[in-house]
Amino acid sequence: MDTLAGSAWDGGVAPFATNTKKLGMWLFLLSDSLTFSTAILAYAYVRLSSANWPRPFEFSPAVVNATFLTFILLSSSLTMVMAVAAAHRDEIRKAVIYIILTAIGGIAFVVLHLMEWFRLFAEGVTPWSNHYVVNGQPGDPLFGGTFFGLTGLHMLHVSIGVIYLCIIAYGFGRRKFNADHVEVSGLYWHFVDLVWMFIFPMVYLMSVNLKG
Amino acid sequence: MSAHAGPVHHAEAPKGWIRHYIFSVDHKIIGTQYILLGLSAVTIGMILSLIMRTHLVWPNAHIWGFANGIVSPEDYLRVVTMHGTLMVFFVLTTVPQSGFGNYFLPIQIGAPDMAFPRINMLSFWFTFLAMIVLLSSAFVPGGASISGWTSYAPLSAVGEVAGPGLGMGQTLWVVSIALFCGASLMSALNFLGTTIDLRAKGLSLMRMPLTVWGWFITACLALLAFGVLLAACVLLLLDRLAATSFFIPANLDVSGVLLHHGGGSPLLWQHLFWFFGHPEVYIAILPGMGIISHVLSTFSRKPVFGYKAMVYSLTAIGFLSFTVWGHHMFISGMNPFSALAFSIITLVIGVPSAIKTFNWLGTLWGGRIHFTAAMLFAIGFVSLFVTGGLSGIFLAQPALDLYLHDTYYVIGHFHLIMGVAAIFAMFAATYYWFPKMFGHHMSETLGKVHFWCTFVGVYCIFMPMHYLGYAGDPRRYASIESVNYLIPLHPVHYFISIAAFFTASAQLLFYWNFFWSIKHGKPAERNPWHGTTLEWSVSTPVPHDNFAGHYPTIYRGPYEYSVPGMRDDYVPQDLAPELVAKA
Repeated sequence: MDTLAGSAWDGGVAPFATNTKKLGMWLFLLSDSLTFSTAILAYAYVRLSSANWPRPFEFSPAVVNATFLTFILLSSSLTMVMAVAAAHRDEIRKAVIYIILTAIGGIAFVVLHLMEWFRLFAEGVTPWSNHYVVNGQPGDPLFGGTFFGLTGLHMLHVSIGVIYLCIIAYGFGRRKFNADHVEVSGLYWHFVDLVWMFIFPMVYLMSVNLKG
Repeated sequence: MSAHAGPVHHAEAPKGWIRHYIFSVDHKIIGTQYILLGLSAVTIGMILSLIMRTHLVWPNAHIWGFANGIVSPEDYLRVVTMHGTLMVFFVLTTVPQSGFGNYFLPIQIGAPDMAFPRINMLSFWFTFLAMIVLLSSAFVPGGASISGWTSYAPLSAVGEVAGPGLGMGQTLWVVSIALFCGASLMSALNFLGTTIDLRAKGLSLMRMPLTVWGWFITACLALLAFGVLLAACVLLLLDRLAATSFFIPANLDVSGVLLHHGGGSPLLWQHLFWFFGHPEVYIAILPGMGIISHVLSTFSRKPVFGYKAMVYSLTAIGFLSFTVWGHHMFISGMNPFSALAFSIITLVIGVPSAIKTFNWLGTLWGGRIHFTAAMLFAIGFVSLFVTGGLSGIFLAQPALDLYLHDTYYVIGHFHLIMGVAAIFAMFAATYYWFPKMFGHHMSETLGKVHFWCTFVGVYCIFMPMHYLGYAGDPRRYASIESVNYLIPLHPVHYFISIAAFFTASAQLLFYWNFFWSIKHGKPAERNPWHGTTLEWSVSTPVPHDNFAGHYPTIYRGPYEYSVPGMRDDYVPQDLAPELVAKA
């Protein structure tokens, strides 16, 4: 028999010293980050090759609104951290309340974001056209395509996250799930938050109208 | 270190027929479901290829199922597209990894099931749904897509105006592939979680069978590649349904219609598609490489030559596969310096591939070779891998590729190395593992006849295609008679079509052998091939939790054949050292 070095990779134990669910979530987030990267890369590709990319966003309402959305999402991450901490201390009531607060933050984010979408639709910005004029030419129609595409993909993730959190809150409250389940859902939520930290500067701040 | 975090598992198999055989969470049932799904996909795909070969040499032949019995040029492209999509996604990606991998990975690492059995079931049903959606596209108005398995934009993005089948048919194609991406992602993270966390005590990474390594590296590729294709499919769907123009340039005139799109780039689709598409080639072949190493070692009664080199070359190929997508785009308008870089990296893949080939030959060298059907297909794989690989070196040169791109040369190349080689690996796996899966042997005699007919047949089909390519015969042309300079090549096409019919009929032997042997084959004992890995330690049929509650400990590497000083010429991985019989 060969002697083994006795490392955590020699079989019989989970080498990352964590449960397999959490490993699975990390793997999912890895692949999901590639999906988002692809969408962001496509945005960079079409924007860089465009001569008439509009930069329409004013400080108010667009940037103020997006900053407020960022604040909501960051706060929901904070309540998620509290939920995980409470779950690990086995304070079920407290954990459930914090998870529900997180989900409410998610719902507020989606509602406010959708209101902004409809404001833009009303202005005439759609996924296929816009009314902007850049250098005497009509603005690149992909402005709307990338804006609604990227924020829509993110909004889909937030919405799925809200449903996921509700299931976790229900299951944890009824002791069907344990603290690990809460922690794994937290990983997903923080990831969605992190993605927004890329989308906010790339979609909003880089499209601010500097000429006033 | 936390304790073994096992999957949700019940020692008893579910009682109901539906929970047991249809919506099962047992990896063995799911693996079998994947294999049967792949078998139906390969059957349809093969019939479609026969339709193509028939139409090319007998353009007026009446074929059932087409309007007036005649295959129109659009129909021909539909058949090409459906053949490619079915074969690449639902056969080559599905069977070696999700089929055989699902069945044997948990057994070979000593686990009761996959890490996430329910996700496993979900990924199968996503795959099933994806195939139904794809096949249903043939029955919608306008028919199935005509844009090939690569679905190049802008034609795939602009809708019906570009041709029949680019309306609803193309939309269903994109939806099907997006579903397939979801299924493959779930399956990949399941494979990774299982291999990382559920290995039996003593099964260190360097004691894993090479099959497990093949499935593991493939899962890494799938996890990283399918996420990109998923995003590309979403963007393509937005172009088609939300009128965006990610892949559609401004002022595009299609069939005299000026489109109101602007700003996008068809090249973006090619970059995104091939960033997935090249790893996809290795997703199809890496599990096969693992299976072949496994089978060659068993039937040579020798350890795999250079086990560690095999692992490292597998990893190297997996890594490099993400850096060479540009070699599919040499004629798409690429900066020559980029082309040079892609060309050099592509040629570098030849190094780990050659290491693998020499190690397979080294494994055979001096062995006591048993020419079983599985072994013949494994040796056939090595032959096809060398033949198909050599033409790859030609295609990797941008200067040569300018001429050979989009000709039959490329068809010959990728069918030999990616298509037929992977199919040979599946055949080897089937003949090798059939006794464990169904408790009966397949007929060895039929298997050998099947091998020789198929081996000769595929070379007769695909070798002349290299010649056609040199002669400048473009791929995807529905007719060889409407172009003057192709008319002298007619006899070669004729020969290929005859060979295709011959090879396809040889597969009937396989179908018969497979389905007949499930019930009536010679009963198989527990370890008929005297193998060393765990799947041969468990009883046949394999218990619901694989090991009937007695989980193994691993004492040695996977290929301890013909160890000097032992009574038997094989020492199972889980045999305690004090039980090993000395000579």
